Amino acid sequence: MKFQSFMIKYAEIGVKGKNRYLFEDALVRQIRRALKTVEGSFRVLKEDGRIYVAADADYDYEETIDALCRVFGIASICPMVQIDDLGVEDLCAQAVRYMDEMYPDKKITFKVQSRRARKNYPLDSNGINAKLGEVILNAFPDIRVDVHHPDVLLCVEIRQRINIYSEAIPGPGGMPVGTNGKAMLLLSGGIDSPVAGYMMAKRGVVVDAVYFHAPPYTSDRAKQKVVDLARLVTRYSGPINLHVVNFTEIQMAIYEICPHDELTIIMRRYMMKIAQQLAGESGSSALVTGESIGQVASQTLKSLAATNEVCTMPVFRPLICFDKQEIVEVAKKIGTFETSILPYEDCCTIFVAKHPVTKPNLNAIKRSEAKLAGKIEELYQKALDTVETIWVEAEPTGIF
Amino acid sequence: MQMEAYLDNSATTQAFQTVCDKVVQMMSQDYGNPSSLHRKGMEAEQHVRTAREIIAGSLRVSDKEIFFTSGGTESNNLAIIGAAMANRRAGNHIITTPIEHASVSAVMGFLEEQGFTITYLPVNQYGIVNLRALEQAICKDTILVSVMYVNNEIGAVQPIEAIAQVIRRKKPDVLFHVDAIQAYGKFVIRPRRQGIDLLAASGHKIHGPKGVGFLYVRDKVKIKPLLFGGGQQNGLRSGTENVPGAAGLGEAVREIYKNYELKVDYLYHLKERFTKGVLKLEGTRINGPMYRDGAPHIVSVSFDGVRSEVLLHALEDQGVYASAGSACSSHHPMPSATLKSIGVEKEYLESTLRFSFGAFTTVEEIDYALDTLGKLLPVLRKFKRA
Repeated sequence: MKFQSFMIKYAEIGVKGKNRYLFEDALVRQIRRALKTVEGSFRVLKEDGRIYVAADADYDYEETIDALCRVFGIASICPMVQIDDLGVEDLCAQAVRYMDEMYPDKKITFKVQSRRARKNYPLDSNGINAKLGEVILNAFPDIRVDVHHPDVLLCVEIRQRINIYSEAIPGPGGMPVGTNGKAMLLLSGGIDSPVAGYMMAKRGVVVDAVYFHAPPYTSDRAKQKVVDLARLVTRYSGPINLHVVNFTEIQMAIYEICPHDELTIIMRRYMMKIAQQLAGESGSSALVTGESIGQVASQTLKSLAATNEVCTMPVFRPLICFDKQEIVEVAKKIGTFETSILPYEDCCTIFVAKHPVTKPNLNAIKRSEAKLAGKIEELYQKALDTVETIWVEAEPTGIF
Repeated sequence: MQMEAYLDNSATTQAFQTVCDKVVQMMSQDYGNPSSLHRKGMEAEQHVRTAREIIAGSLRVSDKEIFFTSGGTESNNLAIIGAAMANRRAGNHIITTPIEHASVSAVMGFLEEQGFTITYLPVNQYGIVNLRALEQAICKDTILVSVMYVNNEIGAVQPIEAIAQVIRRKKPDVLFHVDAIQAYGKFVIRPRRQGIDLLAASGHKIHGPKGVGFLYVRDKVKIKPLLFGGGQQNGLRSGTENVPGAAGLGEAVREIYKNYELKVDYLYHLKERFTKGVLKLEGTRINGPMYRDGAPHIVSVSFDGVRSEVLLHALEDQGVYASAGSACSSHHPMPSATLKSIGVEKEYLESTLRFSFGAFTTVEEIDYALDTLGKLLPVLRKFKRA
């Protein structure tokens, strides 16, 4: 069966009130963006309170479905046959043909569910259901009707043209990106932070990212890996503005002056401060991290509280109650896992104490930080001044 | 200076200038080893990666599915032996055609010695495989089907999708290998959509460097390596990547698929002009598919009463370069298996030349070659052996 168009069903948007069109328009935009990477040309239409995707001529079905399954806000995708209204007889013939091609094995049960949106159609919806049910039963001796639990629900919508569909491919759910503001993701090269970014995007949040680079101790490959991870996330989230902060000097200063068991906490407090500064400058209203309670020393509840103490912006931690295995599953699903496990050092693994504190004392931390005064301000400013910003977009499409 | 007409582009091609520049750059400046941890290594790695992305983009597959090799022969060997070794527990039956390039047919011979059973499908007069025979040949022991996309001697184009459909219908776990060495760059190839599991291509047939090619291995298809060592390229092809070659190949792919439709139309235009011109000469016939039924760049011509080798050298003397059979097998005095398989009569087997065109071929070259043929044929026929 060759489909030339798709009906896009959306979930939560449907319940919005007067600003519903904003959500719908954002969804249309996101669908267009996702389809840009697919071979073929497409029209995305908002019609009769629904969104349709129509493919022109030759296009790649699998790629299209893959791309649509990465657009948040889509509840399901219905591959659909669209026919002109050439009378009831023709509709019957088309419905029989549809069932024949879609279901080679006819030992199934079905039910017809029609909607007559165009009220001048000669049959009402019950009439259509009965008529189509009858011709399909007559055409295929093995087929049965089951109105309660049919194997196949054949949907027929009478609009300007007539839509016939029976399959619904589940979409990713969520809200269209761009409908819920912008947040700054602290992106490392690990497994968790790309997943955190993905989850924020799922709720319609535009994601920017900051990466703390420590040259020459972290290599260009480590940085490339982060760019690659960001690029993988953009397949879901749309373009990401990735800020690369040179963190070496701050890290060295902390290492020289502060107790080693507090290194990680103090370092993370500075990361938060810088991220917050960059977020404010670029219009983000929250920070996002991939932290999960108890995963490492810096992610005990006390450590999280100590880190969080420097933040005035809300910090979202969508993975906070996820087990590692659950995070890995999402990472595999969204395709970031393989890149995340490439073995390059990142700035958290280089200067690290043998036994970092797991129950940091905030006063002690602050006393240690006070020793940095007079030196750190300059380094902090320098780090901000030398930020490199990389615009990361989804992979370039295939050539020609 | 004597006019030249290089009409042997299926043997090899002149490299694009951008390819030459890239190769020089990779040898003289970015000469690092892509496996080195330092920046020099990373630079080289970036070039290999870019090339891999370009190739993956041209097929619309993932770059993780592209493996660089030393060329078409290695790609075919790796695909077939690798698939056979990885699946020998599942069965020992392989299906192919009698018109494959030696880098496939010789491998089949080797595997036969190793205990595999090989079925050769019949082809029709145009060199197209018989799908019904394929359906009948697939049995419970079948593990691999290997069919070339475009035949190198007569330009026959196989119905790749239809073959894949037969396989999928009959026994979906059978792997499908396609030797696309003469097709890549001339056709829009979409392995995923066409149902191809393994696809071999070569650099120097598409105006890239010699000594480099690639194998597409579909995600989740497992094949065994032929070369063992440092585990490069995900362990499937150990050995430091041929960085100049890979980067040059990437450039060639970028160039060949740029304005792809225009380029292919141009080749068909040359082919039509040449075919029509040749058929106007006395005692000539075309083997295999004509015009747009075949590949855009290959024409196989038989000449009544003229031995191919004599004609080849007479043409060469006038600066026209063609090939007797395929250059790769022309060291052997054996008559072409492809021509025999499509039923070319014995008398013509040794009086056949292949003319093949490329991006640099001009209309003037075609006309000059036709003109030269027109002058040479009557002369050569005078000295015909009794």
